Amino acid sequence: MKVRAQIGMVLNLDKCIGCHTCSVTCKNVWTGRDGVEYAWFNNVETKPGIGYPKDWENQKQWNGGWSRTKSGKLQPKQGAKWRILANIFGNPNLPEIDDYYEPFDMDYDHLKSAPEMEAFPTAQPRSRISGERMDKIVWGPNWEEILGGEFEKRSKDYNFEDIQKDIYGEYENTFMMYLPRLCEHCLNPTCVASCPSGAIYKREEDGIVLIDQEKCRGWRMCVSGCPYKKIYYNWESGKSEKCTFCYPRIESGLPTVCSETCVGRIRYLGVMLYDADKIQQAASVEDEQELYDAQLGAFLDPNDPEVQAAARESGVPDEWIESAKKSPVWKMAMDWKIAFPLHPEYRTLPMVWYVPPLSPIQNAAEAGKIGIDNEMPDVKSLRIPVKYLANMLTAGDEAPIVTALERMLAMRGYMRSKTVDGVIDLEIAKRVGLTALEIEDMFNIMSIANYEDRFVVPTSHREQAEDAYDIRSGCGFTDGNQCSTGSSGGKLFGSRKFVVPTGGAR
Amino acid sequence: MNQFLFGTLPYIALTVLLVGTIARYERDPFTWKSSSSQLLRRKQLILGSVLFHVGVLVVFFGHLFGLLIPIGVYEFFGIPPEAKQLLAALAGGLFGTIAIIGALILAHRRLVDPRVRARSSFADTGILLLLIVQLALGLISVPYSLSALSEGGVIKFMAWANGIFTFDGNAASYLQNVELIFKIHIVLGLTIFILFPFTRLVHMISAPIRYIWRPGFQIVRTRKNSANRAK
Repeated sequence: MKVRAQIGMVLNLDKCIGCHTCSVTCKNVWTGRDGVEYAWFNNVETKPGIGYPKDWENQKQWNGGWSRTKSGKLQPKQGAKWRILANIFGNPNLPEIDDYYEPFDMDYDHLKSAPEMEAFPTAQPRSRISGERMDKIVWGPNWEEILGGEFEKRSKDYNFEDIQKDIYGEYENTFMMYLPRLCEHCLNPTCVASCPSGAIYKREEDGIVLIDQEKCRGWRMCVSGCPYKKIYYNWESGKSEKCTFCYPRIESGLPTVCSETCVGRIRYLGVMLYDADKIQQAASVEDEQELYDAQLGAFLDPNDPEVQAAARESGVPDEWIESAKKSPVWKMAMDWKIAFPLHPEYRTLPMVWYVPPLSPIQNAAEAGKIGIDNEMPDVKSLRIPVKYLANMLTAGDEAPIVTALERMLAMRGYMRSKTVDGVIDLEIAKRVGLTALEIEDMFNIMSIANYEDRFVVPTSHREQAEDAYDIRSGCGFTDGNQCSTGSSGGKLFGSRKFVVPTGGAR
Repeated sequence: MNQFLFGTLPYIALTVLLVGTIARYERDPFTWKSSSSQLLRRKQLILGSVLFHVGVLVVFFGHLFGLLIPIGVYEFFGIPPEAKQLLAALAGGLFGTIAIIGALILAHRRLVDPRVRARSSFADTGILLLLIVQLALGLISVPYSLSALSEGGVIKFMAWANGIFTFDGNAASYLQNVELIFKIHIVLGLTIFILFPFTRLVHMISAPIRYIWRPGFQIVRTRKNSANRAK
């Protein structure tokens, strides 16, 4: 057993209101630069829809993630190593910027500089790439917001597989949900595997996947390797960039920016211990629907003394083991089984998990029943088809989704009866295989969602990683080349001069 | 003049190439990249880039081995210079043509496509055009080479290149009587050497061949290692 720790994230989609605060704060911090203005390390999609970049979930088109060969081995779906190298001169699986959207700005200056004319001057869009005027903005980062566009186009959504989707185009049957997405910081990342330069790596101590900007050569295989399309090629710097899980914050024990600013309090961060020796095996399970269970099998129970001993052996700090015991991610994924990995069938063993959303009961009469006798409604009558959620979260296996939805309904029923009627209804808890205590804990974590319950992030032990004396008066976090800002122009080797305000680094 | 261009310039060029490349790798690794513009425009890139790279790689290694392998090695294997010259001219002609077709597609894309044009630096466009000129010069020299198979022209170039690397003071004199087209080709080649560290060409040095035998797929960076290294 080789124990490693990772900070995992759970997003409770039942509470996501689609406000995009996570996306905007993330962008303000990380991607407000030329070359990545089209990149959203965190974005919120309205589902059903084809998403950002277009149709990213369809791996028949993009060849992201892993494929299992007949002999049971895993290789990136875009090809074995020799094949990836053969595609290096022109990557056939790389999205074009139009698949994301052409970044634009508005010609605001025209509003004040236009000569006197009959028509009122307008601010027309201008491409941030070519600088030319654009006739029309045809796509944007959130083009399908709240079911924007025709159903016909949105219904290309890959999660509609095996679903008679036509009826969901009718007004009466329409449904929607939000899906905030970021890098999954996978246990078995394809981006790392696809990088010919070896510039992408997973950090052993907290599982964060990062790109070494000095080692990246811009071969762009990671972009096509990642099935979530969460690696972005910076067309200005010529390097790939991705969500950093706000590692400078995580190291200090703070939540990521997207989690911190989430107004719906839907995000949870916590330590997960896992057995690194089991990853390969868990990712290579033959049946795609068993991948979810296989990943659960790789996680280690922090309350088990044997695991604790092994963790210490492997160099996991005590603080981290303590945090793992209180991890909300562990509770939701392992104890209550209400959180699921996004598209486990990509075999990347993602570490950003989702609680599926409840939705209104289709039949109004049935809805009435809930209040009367706490009869559990059939989750199959929820407006969002269970199969749709299953295609998204469990490779199409409906049973775990049904259990999760029932448990969430049970929590509501239990708390309603407790607070409205003043009756503790043990029967409800029992019916979904939970104890009353567990239901109350679930209520605390999911509904009350206090800050300290949502974010259980231990501080890193930076002092164990490097001699801090060497980095005194350094430039702190920089983007790439020592103390430069990372953008180019006007220097010997083509990068823009950057004056360090307070003198030298080492 | 002959002495400067073919006796001195090679050393200047090789020095700038070597020192400049090391300095860039060491001081400015963030700028070391392939500078792909495929994201901005896929059209024309895959065809143009594959043709160009495949062609230019064969031509490059052809020159490298053709010029630098000592003449003695050919004598040892009993390969007559005419045969070598014929092979060089034919292979060079074929792959040079492939490369120049690719390069012309890429140049068209770079100069005409509004996105790529707007995002090209002077060095990006300049080096591409220089390479096209160089490929064209090389192709023009092919008929000269073929028409003078028996004159042993190839021996002169090998002797010169070998001479440069063995610090033979008379190296330049071997090229005294070769056709002008070859001379221009060589001088432009040395110019490209000088420009090399300042352009995107450096990406060829980090061709990720090692990927093939990199153990496994995953890379995990351990803190303990870096901590030990710091000590």
